[in-house]
Amino acid sequence: MHGRIRTWGPGALVLLPTVLLLGYFVYGLIAWTFNTSLTDKHNARPLPTKHVGFENYVNLFGEDRFLNSLKNLGVLTVAFIVGTLIFGVLWALLLEKGVTGEGVFRSIFLFPMAVSMIASGVVWGWLLNPSQGDDARGLNRLFDLLHLNFLENPWWTAGSRWTTMASIALPAVWQLSGYIMALFLAGFRGIPPELREAARVDGASEFKLYRYVLFPQLSPIALSALIILGHMSLKLFDLIYAITGPNQFRTEVPSVYMWNTLLRSDMAKAAGIAIVLLAVVAVLVIPYVAYTVRQESEE
Amino acid sequence: MTVVEASAATGKAAAAISRKPQRSTISDGSTRKSRTVRYVLLLLFLLFVLTPVYVVLITSFKTSSDTTAAAQWSLPQTWTLEPWRKAWDVLEPYMVRSLSLAVPAAIIASMIGSANGFVLARWRFPGANLVFAFILFGMFIPYQAVMLPLRQTYQDLDVTRGIPTLLITHVIYGLPICTLIFRNYYATVVPNEIIESARVDGAGLIQTYARIILPISISGFVVTLIWQFTSVWNDFLFALFLTQQNNGPVTLGLAALAGGQKVDYAASMAGALITSFPTLLVYILLGRWFIGGLMAGALKG
Repeated sequence: MHGRIRTWGPGALVLLPTVLLLGYFVYGLIAWTFNTSLTDKHNARPLPTKHVGFENYVNLFGEDRFLNSLKNLGVLTVAFIVGTLIFGVLWALLLEKGVTGEGVFRSIFLFPMAVSMIASGVVWGWLLNPSQGDDARGLNRLFDLLHLNFLENPWWTAGSRWTTMASIALPAVWQLSGYIMALFLAGFRGIPPELREAARVDGASEFKLYRYVLFPQLSPIALSALIILGHMSLKLFDLIYAITGPNQFRTEVPSVYMWNTLLRSDMAKAAGIAIVLLAVVAVLVIPYVAYTVRQESEE
Repeated sequence: MTVVEASAATGKAAAAISRKPQRSTISDGSTRKSRTVRYVLLLLFLLFVLTPVYVVLITSFKTSSDTTAAAQWSLPQTWTLEPWRKAWDVLEPYMVRSLSLAVPAAIIASMIGSANGFVLARWRFPGANLVFAFILFGMFIPYQAVMLPLRQTYQDLDVTRGIPTLLITHVIYGLPICTLIFRNYYATVVPNEIIESARVDGAGLIQTYARIILPISISGFVVTLIWQFTSVWNDFLFALFLTQQNNGPVTLGLAALAGGQKVDYAASMAGALITSFPTLLVYILLGRWFIGGLMAGALKG
């Protein structure tokens, strides 16, 4: 980067408040949470607490409920990422060459992102009603009206972990596919037209053009999309809270379990869950932040 | 494109998407048939995306006797505004609180972010990358990891519960994303010559910023303001941990309206629309910049 400014003082003065605030509110509080997770503060009484080492973590990883929430999270994340990428990339491909009314399609595909997950959860909770047959409601009723009865299903309320968490992923896919579309559409439009021309002159088929010329150009975008979606999915909370309520073992993920634990005033355990969640996110994000910063400094 | 480049593109992203596709002079490989297939698919996906909208709209105008299972997808037999009135009665105080929260939170975080971004973009110093990574990471953390001591801190500091607490919180945790957006904005959009010319005049860093940079930062501000406003308005996690029904924002109000044992679906749907109205309005009016913010901002959960 250019246009260097040589004096130190004013710049440092500008950044200092932010660095101090984030130092305390991000890093300081994480350290505090970690410290709490090492104690035996399991109730609201103001008793003196003592350090118990990693006991809370050992207990967590020996507990069915916590392991269940981790497995749910894994399945949710896979279903969400795969679903969002399929819809998002497909929409980008369909719009990429330019269609009449492209702006309208784009705006409508994107709008769910402007809506809060609580609001969309209210609507999707209604749509994902488990009632079937004569009493079918929500989407099941729509399937009935369309004579697609074989599609009727109990959504998240019964069945395997995969169908349960895929039902939860569905509204999230609805909300975020448009965002992936926008990312990829910008990517496609950023590819120099000469590349396409050259491939076509060489007689490449449409399939080969995408497979060997265009998609490789978009791999950095795909990486960004993967990190963005992955870290969103790991933190997903509002949607599950709104659709199933916070107290559902079937759909519980660590962020929800942490809330439930807190309601029982088990601070140490809640802190432990939060730290595990942070660790999972960090595994995904730290290499990415490092890579980003290194790339930046090379420019 | 990395996260940073993605947000560097904020100014340009919207333009890049709206850029006319390059028509090939040789053959764009699409026949009439494949074009028909494309439109059919697009219309089907449009239906998928709009199905919840249809449901919300029709249900919100139904009377309670009209919400039977069989009639769920039919238009209201008699149209009524009763659910809207009921939802508004519940949500009005929350709407007022959310507005008094989201607007200042967006403005304050954007202003600090702009100053930070300018310094980070134009001022090389030892450890600059470290400071950048230090700020960047704050964007990704799951807020559960700070929530418990955060509550404790506000209790210790005796900050007024409710909107003031939330306001401080959203400003602080909004700083990373606002700083990042502005850093990339200043690094890519603002020409060096402008800053250099100011230096010739002997203007200091702060003067340069106030006199020359601020006026040309408008589109950066539009992006961060929209992004911050939307994410503060839609936030539920901080609201749930830090506030209660009597002093919380609108997401908390909607969750209360639509929760519980006997749910009034019509009123819930009307409530979902009422609470989404401000962000949808911003999206419709300023969609171009909204996309720009998404490019950079979706990183912050």
